[in-house]
Amino acid sequence: MKHSDAIPRLELLADSAYFTGLGSTELEAIDRLLFEKRYRRDEIIVSEGQAAAALYFIAAGAVKIFKTSADGKEQILSIVRPREAFNEVPVFNGGINPTSAQAMTPVVLYGLDRNDVHTILRTRPQVALNVIGIMAQRLRHMVSLVEELSFKRVISRVAGILLDYAGDGVAPGTRLTQRDMAAMAGTAREVVARSLKTLEDDGLIYLDKQRIVISDKGALQQVAGQVL
Amino acid sequence: MLIPHIEPDKCNGCGLCVGVCRCNGLMLVHGVVVIVAGVECDWCAQCEAVCVSGAITCPFEIVFG
Repeated sequence: MKHSDAIPRLELLADSAYFTGLGSTELEAIDRLLFEKRYRRDEIIVSEGQAAAALYFIAAGAVKIFKTSADGKEQILSIVRPREAFNEVPVFNGGINPTSAQAMTPVVLYGLDRNDVHTILRTRPQVALNVIGIMAQRLRHMVSLVEELSFKRVISRVAGILLDYAGDGVAPGTRLTQRDMAAMAGTAREVVARSLKTLEDDGLIYLDKQRIVISDKGALQQVAGQVL
Repeated sequence: MLIPHIEPDKCNGCGLCVGVCRCNGLMLVHGVVVIVAGVECDWCAQCEAVCVSGAITCPFEIVFG
């Protein structure tokens, strides 16, 4: 990744919701506290369970925030893009990282050390107010995700969509993106992706490049008919 | 050859899809994503996942096996 691809530091700070209402002098003071880190695609940036060291702002690239279950299954909570931040929870609240973060592309980050974040919050009340607003918005998103992750209901809807839209070999079926399926199922694209993976792991379907092949129609019909 | 579907009018030129593509099958030309000729797509759909504007999608055909 070329350095020129990264958003300039002061521009990122000026655009960040965390620093809304601050003047140029204050932004320059915060800029002097920033450090830069670069990651290659697929590198782990922070690991679930480790102590949190810094708040990170994305200057270039995309980062996946996820949790890993005891049996190794991954639940993606969000994708963080340029001008957005991550790793706030342990920095503001103390304790260990509740999630992991992994680079989906080459990534450039600007970091603020945890102690510097606390100093900024103590000395600039406007930033503290901004943080409260951001955390409230984040809480709304999590509540919505918890609602969508009533998993059994979603996987039944996804199974029903696959059955409804499958071609019969003579007439080709309608082509659907995962976004289309998410919109039909009233859920997030990430939840559809997890549903398809679960159905594949259970042997009901398999993914063959651009085709979803229903390998066990009867079992899929049973899943589609399941109610909570 | 399999290629993702692109709607150029929706592309904002962020380049995240280019960065996430493991097949090196995408590139930006004049700020809009295009397919690199001759590259086989493995249909991982990560480009669709990372795109915020819905400009690039990977539609699946659903069939009975």
